[in-house]
Amino acid sequence: MGMTMTQKILAKSSGNMYVTPGMLISAKVDMVLGNDITAPVAIKEFEKIGAEKVFDKEKIALVPDHFTPNKDIKSAEQVKLMREFARKMGIKHFFEIGQMGVEHALLPELGLVTAGDVVIGADSHTCTYGALGAFSTGVGSTDMAAAMVTGEVWLKVPEAIKFNLIGKPGEWVCGKDIILHIIGMIGVDGALYKSMEFTGDGLEFLSMDDRFTIANMAIEAGAKNGIFEVDDETLKYIAEHSSKSYEVFTADSDAEYVQEYTIDISKIRPTVALPHLPENTKPVDELGDIYIDQVVIGSCTNGRIEDMRAAAKVLAGRKVHKNVRCIIIPATQNVWKQCLKEGLFDIFIEAGCAVSTPTCGPCLGGHMGILAEGERAVSTTNRNFVGRMGHVKSEVYLASPAVAAASAVAGKIVSPAVLTD
Amino acid sequence: MNYIGDVIKYGDNVDTDVIIPARYLNTSDHNELAKHCMEDLDKTFVTRVKKGDILVGGFNFGCGSSREHAPIAIKASGISCVVAKSFARIFYRNAINIGLPIVECPECVDETNEGDKLEVNLEKGEIINHTSGKKYKTTAFPDFIQEIIRAGGLMQYIKNKKK
Repeated sequence: MGMTMTQKILAKSSGNMYVTPGMLISAKVDMVLGNDITAPVAIKEFEKIGAEKVFDKEKIALVPDHFTPNKDIKSAEQVKLMREFARKMGIKHFFEIGQMGVEHALLPELGLVTAGDVVIGADSHTCTYGALGAFSTGVGSTDMAAAMVTGEVWLKVPEAIKFNLIGKPGEWVCGKDIILHIIGMIGVDGALYKSMEFTGDGLEFLSMDDRFTIANMAIEAGAKNGIFEVDDETLKYIAEHSSKSYEVFTADSDAEYVQEYTIDISKIRPTVALPHLPENTKPVDELGDIYIDQVVIGSCTNGRIEDMRAAAKVLAGRKVHKNVRCIIIPATQNVWKQCLKEGLFDIFIEAGCAVSTPTCGPCLGGHMGILAEGERAVSTTNRNFVGRMGHVKSEVYLASPAVAAASAVAGKIVSPAVLTD
Repeated sequence: MNYIGDVIKYGDNVDTDVIIPARYLNTSDHNELAKHCMEDLDKTFVTRVKKGDILVGGFNFGCGSSREHAPIAIKASGISCVVAKSFARIFYRNAINIGLPIVECPECVDETNEGDKLEVNLEKGEIINHTSGKKYKTTAFPDFIQEIIRAGGLMQYIKNKKK
């Protein structure tokens, strides 16, 4: 029996010729990631066992992005602990405010992760890098601490689900709509413990930013990882961003999948996930009148340059509705710079949006846009659990940047297709 | 590894945001986290949980974020063991790595009510509901994971191996 992309990467990184689903392996890691919520816990665990040095100063990335720029004294203390640890250990990739970005937008942009890598991160959305043909998965702080000592991680080789994407997406349909559609179809535990392997002719119509969004939300279907077949688009992105050596793994024709889906992405309409689970999806044009108080455009899911362009395309020459606060958060300094260069900020400011420095902030109800009791937001982020963005009686609707921007203008959740000038 | 306690029961998809809301993640102090455990799902949890109680949940328990603060908060609140129909995978790893015992047993979850007295024996792979008198078999952990549990968590396991 052949192997999937995920199995091949895990076989190589664990020194095996062949691995089968269910096998427990110890894999060598190419990058270990932590943020200002998870790294402090990992650092304490690291120190608790008396470890004195990290396994590789260049294979650890520490990104303070959740409560930064620090919102209070406690979170400033957490980042201080990270900063001091990074200095003491000589960790190369610590990102201070001013270089920092939302971790899963930042690492690919800087070329720190690439095809064929094994990446673990103490953040659930670490699965994002599967877009590059890497095996990439979220773990906890103790796993991170262990990997900082040993350079390895214990993993169970996952079973796989194949998603064969065909067709060309219609206007106003992007990676977000595709992944929301898939999660709606299979449920929030539809891929539990499994890998989601994306392939098919439809890939040629998906940009890298689309693919990052799709891989990013694999965790929202319970998956261990999401991974895309590497094609010319991937190789172009890698060439432009990374000087690391990479390896392309392709699935064998007789690789085994526990399930296979063929999805015609030309039939997917702009899609929204209703409170309080990402699986509660509906095409936006079936929603009826749902009035909103806030819009957030940003995050590791949708804070990249194409997301900013999609929002700007909708907001150009229009105004944010008087009942709505629209907060736009480019995910990295580079995305910021590119927005400036392309004049996107002029459009956002003219429309009446607030633009923030990179931060995860409101996505997890941290800061920079918390919801009050009874308030409702449309957000391009990844989770709409109870209380996720603020008060336990607030609501989050997940959507694409285009739908979020259109909703900001209309004051209710709408598709950009229905906006009139 | 035997745990006996009274049951506190919730449904499917108990996510990490309700187990410990992000607004409390600016600290990693265990007792501080325990004070807010389950706050957005059940405000009464912290007032009624007793040392040794067993938490019972449905499918996909612990879904969402990778925050280890979630199993830490549960453990620090006094819960001795979590029984669920299934666990989200990062929560599963985190619980094992920090030494919070967890067991999957869909049948037991279906037939267990709030307030029942459960006994979980990890080595035997057995759960007894002392209120109903019923016995259940659970999925046993692979040897490697049992070794981590025996060592008292992943870091101690690594430390032992390094010696």
